[in-house]
Amino acid sequence: MSASSSETAELLPAASEFDDSAVGLQAAEQAHRMDRFRSSLRSAGIGVVSIIVWLSAWELASRYQLDLFFRFENIPAPSQVAVAVGELVQTPKFAHHVGNSVMRIFIGFGIAAVLAVTLGLLIGRFRLVARSLLPPLEVIRPIPAVAWIPIAILLFASAEQSMVFITFIGAFFPILLSTVHGVEALDRRLVFASLSLGAGPLDVFWEVILPGAMPSIVTGLSIGMGTSWFSLVTAEMISGQYGIGYYTWEAYTLQKYPSIVLGMIAIGVLGMGSSLLVRVAGQRLMPWFKPAGTNT
Amino acid sequence: MSVDRSQLRGGSICLREVGIHFGEGKTAVQALRQMDLDVGAGELVSVLGPSGCGKSTIIGAVAGFTRVSSGRLEVDGQPVVAPGSDRGVVFQQHTLFPWKTVLENVAFGLKMQRIGKAERTQTAREILAHVGLSEFAQHYPHQLSGGMQQRVNLARVLVNRPRVILMDEPFCSLDAQTRLQMQQMLLRLWHEFHMTVVFVTHDVDEAVFLSDRVVVLSRRPGTVKAELNVGLPRPRTRDVLTSPDFTELKREALELLLSQDDSRLRQRSA
Repeated sequence: MSASSSETAELLPAASEFDDSAVGLQAAEQAHRMDRFRSSLRSAGIGVVSIIVWLSAWELASRYQLDLFFRFENIPAPSQVAVAVGELVQTPKFAHHVGNSVMRIFIGFGIAAVLAVTLGLLIGRFRLVARSLLPPLEVIRPIPAVAWIPIAILLFASAEQSMVFITFIGAFFPILLSTVHGVEALDRRLVFASLSLGAGPLDVFWEVILPGAMPSIVTGLSIGMGTSWFSLVTAEMISGQYGIGYYTWEAYTLQKYPSIVLGMIAIGVLGMGSSLLVRVAGQRLMPWFKPAGTNT
Repeated sequence: MSVDRSQLRGGSICLREVGIHFGEGKTAVQALRQMDLDVGAGELVSVLGPSGCGKSTIIGAVAGFTRVSSGRLEVDGQPVVAPGSDRGVVFQQHTLFPWKTVLENVAFGLKMQRIGKAERTQTAREILAHVGLSEFAQHYPHQLSGGMQQRVNLARVLVNRPRVILMDEPFCSLDAQTRLQMQQMLLRLWHEFHMTVVFVTHDVDEAVFLSDRVVVLSRRPGTVKAELNVGLPRPRTRDVLTSPDFTELKREALELLLSQDDSRLRQRSA
């Protein structure tokens, strides 16, 4: 902004005086984005090289059946796993296992997301709800999902339902706590502002509380997705028929060692993929959101 | 924008022996005490005081966010019981909805009135043009400078055609140059929209430059210590700031503001 422009703006400052700062902001943002792109390329390159090095080490260890505390004699080499992957991925059996697990996640995580976000918003907003619901939830929260498996089997008629329940339990608490935190951390002045602009109680909920807590909710969903996979795989190993966790354990009992590794990789890829899906959906949902630190 | 002036007029505010305290028992804090204040329809009154004197509490009470503990608080003869769109509030900073675009922020009040999307978008665009931000309608708040954000804040409140605008140190985080531009913009909008403005600030220059009247508060618990009529001619331009009349008023305001500190000092040394 120049001194002359402020002189011409005695009573009516024009928008153009403020443009400078905005244009500068955009240019800085552009440069920032290029920098980020370059550095992400570089880190991707380092990541690929690192994976290749580790895979080679594993290949050699298995080939020469190294016995250095870790016993590699029964561990399949990456090349053997690759062959097994090539064979098994084509069979309908493997797809069936994966499909079963994905469906359980879809249902269990879905129910957890809806229930935990709703409850979290109510707990964060209304003191009475918080006082009546938080104490029992705090007692239940530290119980790991695995510890729920026996009671889940007793609670539900089918193993299928009990496994979906375990998936639900795994996802529920991270989502609930993040949602409560998101509501509590919301700047109260935003609520005040909406009230003095004519918002009713329901408007405050939909227009302020929910979007305000959204960044925190998306974080919770992303963490919850990870924990729900973790819980599901355990449940499938113990009480499953079908499912990727069951597949991995079955491979061990049948001594089909390359299949163990295939199962593990499948679990990793599925978990990573679904967490990525949640994050991308979150970014789509919140084009306005700038995580702290990335702001100019 | 077509403004039917006959329908517009500011609201009047009346505080009688208002006391406000927060908390109970030993931890209770008395924010305001025996506060008497009258703001006439269409008046622009500044509330000047040291930080922590309860200036903002007055805003909160008139807006309806804070309950009055004792005394009477009325706007247009009606007791204040809840927040309402007849009393717009402009806070210090960062109170735009970050998840809404500039246009959506400005249209929010109309959405709350259940006005259709086409109509509220058009009205919001008109108001946005009034504060000179038409080009930024689709931006998000974090993409704007502090001064621009406060313009949007003003526009968001003006869209409801409030009878009273309550401003809580709205320009204090802006640089001096932008602040002066914002003050001039506020004076222009105040003139155009015929509203009552209560402007809370700790900046003596700002209070004198903007106001018809400056109300000086004491330290906490806040109460009205003195009032200063600012007879400077309107419209006020930048030149007023360097006029002898302005300097004299500023000196008076400063004296009123600091007199209590002096008496405290005297008490301590005695």
